[in-house]
Amino acid sequence: MAVVSANSTVMNNVEAVRATLYEAMKSDERTVILGEDVGARGNVFLITKDFIGEFGPERVIDTPIAEASIVGIAVGMAMEGLRPIAEIQFADFIYPSFNQIVGEAAKIRYRSNGEYTCPLVIRTPYGGGVRGALSHSVSVEALFYHVPGLKIVAPSFPADVKGLLNASIDDPDPVLFLEHKKTYRLIKGEVPNGHYTIPLGKANVLKEGTQLSVISYGLYVHWALDAARQLQEDGLSVEVIDLRSIRPMDKTTILGSVEKTRKLLIIHEDNKFGGIGAEISAMVAEEALFHLDAPIRRLCGPDVPAMGYALPLEEEFMSSPAEMAETMREMVKF
Amino acid sequence: MPQLGETVTEGTVAQWLKTVGDNVDKYEDFVEVSTDKVNAGVPSPVTGTIRELLVKEGETVATGTPIAVIEEVGSAPAGGATPAAPPETVKPPSPNGAKTAVQESGQAENALRGASPAVRRLAREHQIDIRAIRGTGANGRVTADDILAAARTLVVTQSVAPPTVAAASAMAAPPSGATSTYAQPLPGTFVPLTQARRIIAERMVESRHTAPHAWSMVEVDVTDVWQWRLREKDRFERETGYKLTLLPFFIRAVVQSLAAFPLMNARFSPSTGSAQAGILVNDEVNIGVAIGLPTNLVVPVIKHADKLSIKGIAVAAGELIEKARKAKLAVDDLAGGTFTVNNNGANGSWASAPIINAGQAGIVTMEAVVKQLVVGDDDTLAIRRIMNSCLSLDHRVVDGYVASGFLADLKRRLEAMGPQGEL
Repeated sequence: MAVVSANSTVMNNVEAVRATLYEAMKSDERTVILGEDVGARGNVFLITKDFIGEFGPERVIDTPIAEASIVGIAVGMAMEGLRPIAEIQFADFIYPSFNQIVGEAAKIRYRSNGEYTCPLVIRTPYGGGVRGALSHSVSVEALFYHVPGLKIVAPSFPADVKGLLNASIDDPDPVLFLEHKKTYRLIKGEVPNGHYTIPLGKANVLKEGTQLSVISYGLYVHWALDAARQLQEDGLSVEVIDLRSIRPMDKTTILGSVEKTRKLLIIHEDNKFGGIGAEISAMVAEEALFHLDAPIRRLCGPDVPAMGYALPLEEEFMSSPAEMAETMREMVKF
Repeated sequence: MPQLGETVTEGTVAQWLKTVGDNVDKYEDFVEVSTDKVNAGVPSPVTGTIRELLVKEGETVATGTPIAVIEEVGSAPAGGATPAAPPETVKPPSPNGAKTAVQESGQAENALRGASPAVRRLAREHQIDIRAIRGTGANGRVTADDILAAARTLVVTQSVAPPTVAAASAMAAPPSGATSTYAQPLPGTFVPLTQARRIIAERMVESRHTAPHAWSMVEVDVTDVWQWRLREKDRFERETGYKLTLLPFFIRAVVQSLAAFPLMNARFSPSTGSAQAGILVNDEVNIGVAIGLPTNLVVPVIKHADKLSIKGIAVAAGELIEKARKAKLAVDDLAGGTFTVNNNGANGSWASAPIINAGQAGIVTMEAVVKQLVVGDDDTLAIRRIMNSCLSLDHRVVDGYVASGFLADLKRRLEAMGPQGEL
C-alpha cells in the first residue's frame, strides 16, 4: 500500500478487502470472521493474515471444511447480536450452504415478523480467467439473485470494495459479497482513508456516452471500459455502467441511460441463460420498450457446465475486450 | 373493413401486420386499422394463410369492404393450385354484400417492418412517415436518430423555402418528410388532414348543417360548491390520485337535470325510406366530456353517469382524461354518448356557443369561474364565485321552453350543492 495523500491510499482489491475487514474488527467488538483457513493460515489470499494474533481465535474462527455449518453458525450469531462475516473460500464451494443462505438467512426477518434480523455478510471470491478450472472459476450470482431478502454486491474497484463492504457490514440483513478473484491483484486504485459507505443498490456510470449503454459488473467492467475507450477513438460514444449491486438493482440509472442511448448491451461472465442480463433486459423491455432502437443484446458465458482448465477452453468461455468492442461497434452501427 | 365503433362508417388501413404468404392464427392481429379517433388491431377470424391484401396502407374504405383474403387451414386441396372452397374473405359482422374489385396488393413496406419501437414512437410524435426517410443504420434501417434528424430538417427546410400556394395540391400527397404539420403549422404551407381532423371537420359540418342550433346561457353561483370542492380536493387527490375539479359536480347536476328533462337526453331521427321521422329518447345517460388535445378533439364518454356519485364521476373522468392525454382511448371509451359537457372555462372563456355532437340534443358548457359583486334580494352586496353555463340545443328536438327549464334546473341544483354534501 502506498500512501499518495493524506486523504487516500492506493491499494488493490484484495488489500481493500483486508483493510476494510481490519477496520471493522477494530471498530466493533461484535465483528466476527469465520471460515476455512481464515485464522492460522490468514486466508488463502492472505486477507486475514495476522488477524488471529491481534483479535484472538474467538473472533477469527477457523472452521472445518463444512460450508453449511459456516453459514448456519453465522446466521445464529447474527440473529443474536453479533456481526459475523462468513467466508466461503471459493464461490464454487458455496452449494452446501445454499439452504442456510436461501432457506434461513434470507427469510429470518420475514419469518420472525421483524423480531429478528440477520446482519450477516457472506464474502466469497468468484469468477474465472485465472486458470481455476471447474472448481475455482464459477460465478454464482444468478443462483441467488432470485431470492428476495438477500442482497448481492459485486464491486469492481478498490474504493467500491471498501465502501460497499462497509455498507454490507452495516446492513441489518444478509448480504452476499462477491469478490472477483482475477481483479484481486490486477486492479489498483485510490481508496479514501477513514470509514465511509457506498449505498447498496446504486450503480455507477463509469463513462458517459450517447450511442449505447453497456451494463456490466466485476472483472468485465474493466474490460468493457477498455473496449468503450477504444471505440471512443473512432468517434463512437458508449456509456459504461458498473452495476456494483446486483440486487437491489438500480433501475433508475439503467432506465435513465437506456432512454438516453436507446440501445442496451449487458455483459457478464456468468452463463447467459437465466442470468442477471435476463432480468435487466426483461425490466428494460417492460419499462422502456418505446425508447429502444435496437434489440437488447447480452454478451455472456456460454451454456456449458463449467469453465475448462485448458487455456483454449477458458478463453472460449470468457469474453475478451476485443469481442466486447466488436459487439459494441455492431450495436452502435445498427 | 370491420366496424370499429357504432358511428364509424369507414376505416383506414394503417398498417398491414402480415403480408401475402404469411400464416396467421385465429385471433392474431393481422392489420392495424385507424378510424376517426382510435387505432386498433384487427384479429383474424380464422387460422390460415394470407392470400391477398385488397387495400393498400393509407387507403380508406367503407366498413364492410373486403380488405384481405385469408385461406383457412385445411381448405386448400393437397398440392392443388385452385382452392376447393372459396377462401374466406374478412367481413364485418354486417356485410353489405358488395364485393369491391380486387386491387393489386401494396408494395411491401420494408421500412415499417424493421422499425424499432423507438422509431415508431418518435415518428408518431413528430408526425413523420417512416417510409419517406432514408435510413442510415445497418442495411438501410431507419434509426431513431434518422427520425429526429428528419424532424429537424422538416422545420429548417420549410423556414428556408416556404412552399407556395400553388404547391398545395402537390403537398396533398402523403407526407414526404418535409411537410407542415397540424402540430407545427408553418405560414404559407398546406397541412394535409389526418384521419382524425378530417372526421372532426365532417362531423362539425354535418351537425351544424342538419341540426338547427339554438343557444342560451345562465349565470350560476358556484360559491358553495366551490367551497365543497376545496374542502374535499386534497383528500380526494390523496385517495384516488386524480385532481378534484368542478367538472364532476357539474356532471352530477347535469345528469339529474337530464332525468327531469328526458327530451334533452334524446336524438332526432330523420325519416329514412319507410321509417318515419321521430325523436329517440335515450334510456341511458352517457355523458361525453370534450377534451382538447394539441392536434385533436376527443369526446370520451362516462357511461351510465346517472348511476355514479360525484366521486364515481370524478374517478371515471380522471381515467378518461388521462387515457386521452396518453392517446390510449379505446373504441369503447368514445362510444355511446347521449349528451356532452364541455369544460372550456379553464382559459378564461366567459361564454361560448358550442356545436352539438352529432346525434345528440344538446351540449352544455362550463365557463370560467370568476368573482363578482352580487346584489342580494335584500340589497346587500356580496362577493360570490359566478360561472356561466351555455347550452346549444337541437331545435328539432326541443324548444326554448324545455331548454330554459333544463338550464334553470341545472342552475338550481348546482347552487343547492354545498360543503355539507357527501361526495
